[in-house]
Amino acid sequence: MGGYSLSDLWSIVVMQGFSGLSLFSVLLLMALGLAIIFGQMGVINMAHGEFMTIGAYMIYFCSRIVAKYMPGFMPYYFVFAIVVAFVVAFAVGYFVEFLLIRHLYKRPLDTLLATWGLSLIMQQVFRSLFGAREVSPQLPDWLMGAWKATDTIDIPLNGLFVMALSILVTSGVFLFLYRSSWGLKVRATTQNRVMAGAVGINTRLVDRLTFALGCGIAGVAGAAFTTIGSTGPTSGSLYIVDTFLVVAFGGAGSLLGTIFSAFSIAQVQSLLTFFLTNAMGKVTTLLAVIVILMLRPEGLRPNKVRK
Amino acid sequence: MKSFYENWLGGRDGAVGMLVLAVVIMVAFPLMFDIFRLNLIGKYLTYAFAAVGLVMVWGYGGVLSLGQGVFFGLGGYCIAMFLKLEASDLVSTQHQTTPGIPDFMDWNQLTALPAFWQPFHSLTFAIIAALVLPALFAWVIGVAMFKRRVSGVYFSIITQAVAAILTILVVGQQGYTGGINGITDLKTLHGWNINTTSAKYVLYYVNAVLLLLAIMVCRFVLTSKLGRLLLALRDKEDRVRFSGYDVASFKIFIFCLGAVISAIGGAMFTLQVGFMSPSFVGIVPSIEMVIFAAIGGRTSLIGAVYGTLLVNAGKTAFSESFPQLWLLLMGGLFIGVVMLFPNGVAGLYDGWFKPLVARWKSRRPVMVRVADPLAKSE
Repeated sequence: MGGYSLSDLWSIVVMQGFSGLSLFSVLLLMALGLAIIFGQMGVINMAHGEFMTIGAYMIYFCSRIVAKYMPGFMPYYFVFAIVVAFVVAFAVGYFVEFLLIRHLYKRPLDTLLATWGLSLIMQQVFRSLFGAREVSPQLPDWLMGAWKATDTIDIPLNGLFVMALSILVTSGVFLFLYRSSWGLKVRATTQNRVMAGAVGINTRLVDRLTFALGCGIAGVAGAAFTTIGSTGPTSGSLYIVDTFLVVAFGGAGSLLGTIFSAFSIAQVQSLLTFFLTNAMGKVTTLLAVIVILMLRPEGLRPNKVRK
Repeated sequence: MKSFYENWLGGRDGAVGMLVLAVVIMVAFPLMFDIFRLNLIGKYLTYAFAAVGLVMVWGYGGVLSLGQGVFFGLGGYCIAMFLKLEASDLVSTQHQTTPGIPDFMDWNQLTALPAFWQPFHSLTFAIIAALVLPALFAWVIGVAMFKRRVSGVYFSIITQAVAAILTILVVGQQGYTGGINGITDLKTLHGWNINTTSAKYVLYYVNAVLLLLAIMVCRFVLTSKLGRLLLALRDKEDRVRFSGYDVASFKIFIFCLGAVISAIGGAMFTLQVGFMSPSFVGIVPSIEMVIFAAIGGRTSLIGAVYGTLLVNAGKTAFSESFPQLWLLLMGGLFIGVVMLFPNGVAGLYDGWFKPLVARWKSRRPVMVRVADPLAKSE
């Protein structure tokens, strides 16, 4: 770390911290969906990354449509595109649950394989529809540029936007799960499926909507992703391992734990990436997470429920 | 003699299966195919080691390892390091800045052989390392996971993360590992050229014999008391634990066994194909090995070999003519085998072919009960 003065180091920490926040936002949105699904059904959705890709491609698709047919709408389209991304990913998730996942609830390891197969199919479909090359949507002007906080610190606006988006979605999920009657049903099913069924909750429907909701949130994650990277057919699969580690690290079924673990993993990775190489930063972070998981298999905030 | 027949071959059914497999890979294939195709089949058969390992770990141990490629790769890299050192003698590397070290080290400005490469000058060390290193690595992972009762999906994902980490490491440390290209240009084994046709035949047969031996060792483990306990443990772990057994040790043992078997496959892969690269270590090859075992039938040792051959033959045929279709087909295979044929080819054989033969033999309908190994697992 030699060669940096103290003020340089401070600027590096702040700027890497902010780029870490973008990563944090994407990871958090991805992990939220995965955590809800895993927490409730014990199902690992290996195709979760592909649902993120759906969201990202929807943004690209909307930007192309808007640029072609109503250029005047360009500055505002992004907000609507996020809704489209959510709705499409939600709908696909709904059908996937109906066709595939619901048959496999009793066999979690098999779900892992089946959803991996699904992810392969989805990647190929993306490749056929959108081409193998990476694409980027045309972002509205207000997302470009940076906010110059001091002489040495530049904070990109898209990072701030993504942050705001993920805070919004997270609070929405929080309100939904803990303050709505539907959320009550979801939590009841998570804690004790049989009892929830016995008191008249349609657990099958709860499962389906929860799965679809998780996928929808992954779609929003894809929207966030387009502001920091370009989208290719396999973009999502790069995030699936990290995302699962975030979920496991935070403790499945704990919203706060997920937020905290996404934050720490993203920040550590972002800082290490600057001081080590890209690959080594990632390796060190993943290794640290695995070692901590070996010491605390239940994660940071375990769900204290009798099994 | 009788105990050998019962315990190592698995009784009449097992012995017939072994015999058919032996005839297919040791007589039929060499007669049917030229050396190019046979070498390709030899390559597939090295994957079959990993699939057989997975049958033990996943089908009987009940833990799904998504990092089997790690052990395959470790075995392969150990042998590849020895072969590379032999190929990088002073004469053939004299044009390099530092003669006598592997070419990729020279390209990456290394001026001396790293210390951990030194012992690989010895073939004995390389062979021992190819077997012991994966076992040791599996033991460390196993102790860390199973002693703390990490299992199910957590275990799967963590093994997958390990595979991801190892790939990033190997690719990132180009000067020490050969990077993304792997260790290439392997020529001789103690002066014996491994690229000639006769050497390829010899290696193919060595590989086939080793594979059959590996299956026999697995069969022996399964027919022993240990095998019974493994089954009990897969189906009702808590009851075995409450009976006073140390569940973790059994899981660690089976995980290490699976690792060693995969490593033998990796070592044979290097010898037959002539290189080793990170593309056989990472997430995708590891999960493909799972599909080989799943297609063959996750509880069938012999089925795993056929599953591997089937999937790879399909992959080669399809990716030559319709590369796009292959990914769709592969995805469909994953979904189909899980939803429709959870016991794979072996399940089809047991549930459909055997009753047919029985009916044909007795000329009247016979009820055959098919045991469903999945019915009781979670």
